[in-house]
Amino acid sequence: MLKIERGSAPWWMRAAIPVVAIIVTFILVSVLIVMADASPTDTLYQTLITPLTKRTGRLDVLTRASPLLLTGAAVAVAFSAGYYNIGAEGQLYAGAVAAAWLGPKLGNVPQVPAILLILLVGFAAGALWALPPAILKVRLKVDEVVTTLLLNSVMIFIVSALLNGPWRDPASGWPQSPEIAASAQFPRLFARSRVHLGLVVAVSVLVMLWWFMRYTRPGLELRAAGMGSEAARFMGVRVKRSVMMAALLSGGIAGLAGVGEVAGLQFHLTESISPGYGYTGIIVATFGGLTSVGVAIAGFFLSLIEIGSLSSSRQTGVPNYLGDVIQAVLLLAILGSFLLRHYRIRRA
Amino acid sequence: MEDFIIPLIGATFRIATPILYAALGETIVERAGILNLGIEGTMLLAAFAGFVVAEASGSLMLGLLGAIATGMLLGALMGFLSVTLKTSQHVAGLGITLLATGLTLFLFRLKYGGRSTPPSLEEGFPQIGILSDTILRPIFNQYGLTYAAFILVILIGWLLYKTSFGLRLRAVGENPEAADIAGISVYRTRYLALIIGGGLMGMGGAFLSLAQLGAFAHGIVNGRGWIAIAIVIFGNWRPTRVFLGALLFAFVQALQLRLQAEGVDLPYEALLALPYILTIIVLAVAGRNASYPAALLKPYDREA
Repeated sequence: MLKIERGSAPWWMRAAIPVVAIIVTFILVSVLIVMADASPTDTLYQTLITPLTKRTGRLDVLTRASPLLLTGAAVAVAFSAGYYNIGAEGQLYAGAVAAAWLGPKLGNVPQVPAILLILLVGFAAGALWALPPAILKVRLKVDEVVTTLLLNSVMIFIVSALLNGPWRDPASGWPQSPEIAASAQFPRLFARSRVHLGLVVAVSVLVMLWWFMRYTRPGLELRAAGMGSEAARFMGVRVKRSVMMAALLSGGIAGLAGVGEVAGLQFHLTESISPGYGYTGIIVATFGGLTSVGVAIAGFFLSLIEIGSLSSSRQTGVPNYLGDVIQAVLLLAILGSFLLRHYRIRRA
Repeated sequence: MEDFIIPLIGATFRIATPILYAALGETIVERAGILNLGIEGTMLLAAFAGFVVAEASGSLMLGLLGAIATGMLLGALMGFLSVTLKTSQHVAGLGITLLATGLTLFLFRLKYGGRSTPPSLEEGFPQIGILSDTILRPIFNQYGLTYAAFILVILIGWLLYKTSFGLRLRAVGENPEAADIAGISVYRTRYLALIIGGGLMGMGGAFLSLAQLGAFAHGIVNGRGWIAIAIVIFGNWRPTRVFLGALLFAFVQALQLRLQAEGVDLPYEALLALPYILTIIVLAVAGRNASYPAALLKPYDREA
């Protein structure tokens, strides 16, 4: 007789969580693919395998992964501290605005300091946009979910006001900011590709974050704060300080994602610089179990889903929004299968 | 002055309607101890489902029912994730919003292709005028769903405070352990709250696509769900104060639209952002006295 009981699951069951989630997801989205008169196996193959078989596909996945790794890291830091920052989208745009503001002024600055400066300013802008909800949370206990969400909308209005006002391209009349100076543009990592320095930035942030959360006192305090404020306080953790730090780090990292899109890809700010990377970051962080290694894997995987759903929709006629649905179902499936962590099967 | 204030009040009632439905739905859900961040996506998918059903059947009433059913279904899904599986309410709710948004985009593309003009109904719900021959005509020339929303405020207040179901619902949101000992099924009550709340969110979506616009576009909900969540906190989880909050927000929004139309010398984005910023400020002020349902965000585990 087998018996299911509570307790910590064995390692193989923990490893099975993402696999179970992925399988459940594909079964569920197959229904939609059939509705679109396409073959599920063919569509999923074209979405998840075909991009990896071509050089351009692989490079596109790397390009798209840069912002996702960063927003995923941003969300993971905040959530680790129990601070539900849903504002990564707005903070990303704050970083992008800062980059678009500073970028054109860096014409006489050599490349290395120019790039460092634009990263720094973008980080600061993201952190600044994350500051009001964090203060409201720590001082007045105002729920951060609502305030960060509302600030996303406000930031979109700011971007729109800038692009339709002072930054409107005088020549073409397009709502896009002036191009940033060549010295501030991120170098490309590979010839004939759009993969840029932002990927290195993203991976470095993940490595630093891993070290910070694991080996430094503030990092440990941050995680302790997330496990429950009562217990953390008892252990002498300054919870408010940790939450504040997590919020600002989170905003800053999301801001870097915005810098990457401006300085690495578009070279100017447009209203559509992010198709919701901030929200996808929540999926990346959750799928990655809020760990740096997990975020890295999840970031590349979700990037593959986005690139694959775009390219496969051209072949199969299945709307590319399938990618959004896959990501969302995946998030819910992972949440559900986390349950497996708390059960073990035993012979009775 | 009359030409300014009276239409402004009329617009306030109209703008408040979808937010009021959503906020009343969220009030019921949160009173049972669940934060449903699926609200934004629920409104969108319901608005879409209502539109598709109404277009296919030619019946606005069937469309409305379709929207309500969609909302209830998503409420039940939230119940499965948060009550049965006890997952993080924040992430589950956001997941539902992402899922419903993705599904709407996907199904819209499948049904209507990549068209640039939104599909519209030949005729949406009509406005019903009362006091038509008085000066107050612009105030009381509203959609049936608006009048219904006002009645619902009273009805839900009665449900929460005067019925045994309301008592059970509040008990489950304040102290599920005690409620359980008293013989109340925590799971069942929370599911019911989510399903009723989801239905109301669906009505909010239906108001947008079947009455106010008589059409469907992707941006139709445009953050109204998030505003509704803020209004629930502002309203301290009481239907009458939630009503007040919805009117207040809608008034600022109506004023903002009016100022835009009058050509005030400000970037129009500043006016658009105004209601959002005011909502945050109001939250900061109201937040201090907010009395959250004690068991909000806490999954109930009978065996633990």
